[in-house]
Amino acid sequence: MSSIYQEIILDHYHSPHNFGELDSADLNAEVSNSSCGDKIYMQAKVKNDRIIVIKFKGVGCAISLASASLLTDFVKGKTIKELKKINTSTILDLLGIELSPNRLKCALLPLEGLNKLLS
Amino acid sequence: MLNIKNNFPIFKKHQDLVYLDSASSSLKPQSVINAINEYNSSYSVNVHRGLYPLAEKASLEYEETRDVVAKFINAPSKDEIIFTRNATESLNLLGYTLEKELNSQSEIVITIAEHHANFVTWQQVAKKTRATFSLIDIDENTDLDIYRNGKVDLSMYVSSNTKIVALHYISNVLGRVQPLNEIIRSIRAINPHVYIIVDAAQASPHHVIDVRELDCDFLVFSSHKMCGPTGVGVLWGKKALLEKLPPFLFGGDMIDEVFTDHSTFAKAPGKFEAGTPDISGVIGLKAAIQFLTNVGLEKIQEHEMRLAQLTIEKMKQAFGESIHIIGQNSKFDRIGVVSFTFEGIHPHDVAGMLGEEHICIRAGHHCAMPLHTRLGINASNRASFYLYNNEEDVEKLIEGLRKVKKIL
Repeated sequence: MSSIYQEIILDHYHSPHNFGELDSADLNAEVSNSSCGDKIYMQAKVKNDRIIVIKFKGVGCAISLASASLLTDFVKGKTIKELKKINTSTILDLLGIELSPNRLKCALLPLEGLNKLLS
Repeated sequence: MLNIKNNFPIFKKHQDLVYLDSASSSLKPQSVINAINEYNSSYSVNVHRGLYPLAEKASLEYEETRDVVAKFINAPSKDEIIFTRNATESLNLLGYTLEKELNSQSEIVITIAEHHANFVTWQQVAKKTRATFSLIDIDENTDLDIYRNGKVDLSMYVSSNTKIVALHYISNVLGRVQPLNEIIRSIRAINPHVYIIVDAAQASPHHVIDVRELDCDFLVFSSHKMCGPTGVGVLWGKKALLEKLPPFLFGGDMIDEVFTDHSTFAKAPGKFEAGTPDISGVIGLKAAIQFLTNVGLEKIQEHEMRLAQLTIEKMKQAFGESIHIIGQNSKFDRIGVVSFTFEGIHPHDVAGMLGEEHICIRAGHHCAMPLHTRLGINASNRASFYLYNNEEDVEKLIEGLRKVKKIL
């Protein structure tokens, strides 16, 4: 198996996109992975049923932060209905790597955040 | 330096394996594998039942392990050795069977540094019995907060209401050998009626245990951390106490006589070993203890301590302030456990990236979440050494960490 620390992961880990906080948001969610202490806080603004701005903040490993960075890029401009279709394979496609069940949890934490945001 | 990698066939299959997670589970030597295979291929029948030669052989080998374990921890009698599934089950057995001794006036004392097996068990027993659950804290050096005027003194924590004190012998995170002789003496001086339970899961693989010298009441450990197979744990208890405790599980082998309306139970150890046990596992444990005894536990601990010390020195040399080694200022002997955090790098990434180089270390809270919370961290990394590790493993670990630091 090749390294999961591919360039795309490292790039997004070192300079995550959409990292930060919004002054005001329509949607807020916080999720955490108690086994490793990872925590992600997400905020979004919605207009005409589409996410127009999304930000996240938190602590996590390279996989969870890169996943949050890629996912928040991906959701922008999409309708809520489209976003509800996002699943594990969407995340793995975005990351472009294979993950063991343990590290999959890290990669899926941002998705859990998004689902909570939409619920 | 010990050189016994050849005894462990896993290194033939994975020649570049750097295994530094023995505090979690140890690798198995050929002699243990042979003992298990020998049972399964030559006399794989039940113990304590059959009257034919194969059954007698199985019972003999199984019961011989009890003798070997008793000698290993200097227990007065083989009847004080009970085989369970693992140290966790041994502790739960005690939790369930000691329950009736507790009420809302009782106190249970453990330390903040316990493994979840010795933490959650007593926390839940306390909840159920409404006993008070109190924790011995750690100081700034991560040593137990039990020193007053330079002496071990537990009067801050133990009182005449204390019924149970459950303590680790060696922490799986801090790797420190607790001064149990002095601790137990102090507890007995305050209250002679306390049940003193020792979690020796991290001690039995590395450190000579003498239950008579310790004067504890119960002591538990797991086979799989000491070169033995998974699926077998040990509970040792003072004979008089074992006779007093009620059975834990009911079924075959644990009875004396069964009538339609009541049953009488066997004496210990049988009373606590309901059902067919893990026979091959127990026989494997005998081979493991023989293997460890042949090498010598003092030699093993000395070897590991040297590797741990070397690792700490090299880590500081290579990474200076950006690596934090947990509990390095403790004055106590350690086993080969080095827990650390790398500034700004998540422990999962450290372990994940090292794993890709076939260097196996642990990341997380190592089943000691309250200790991590107390230390103000979510997770840490842990490299743990055992008799098959060598200086080359230390070098590879440091090299791997350099790569992690560079890339992340």
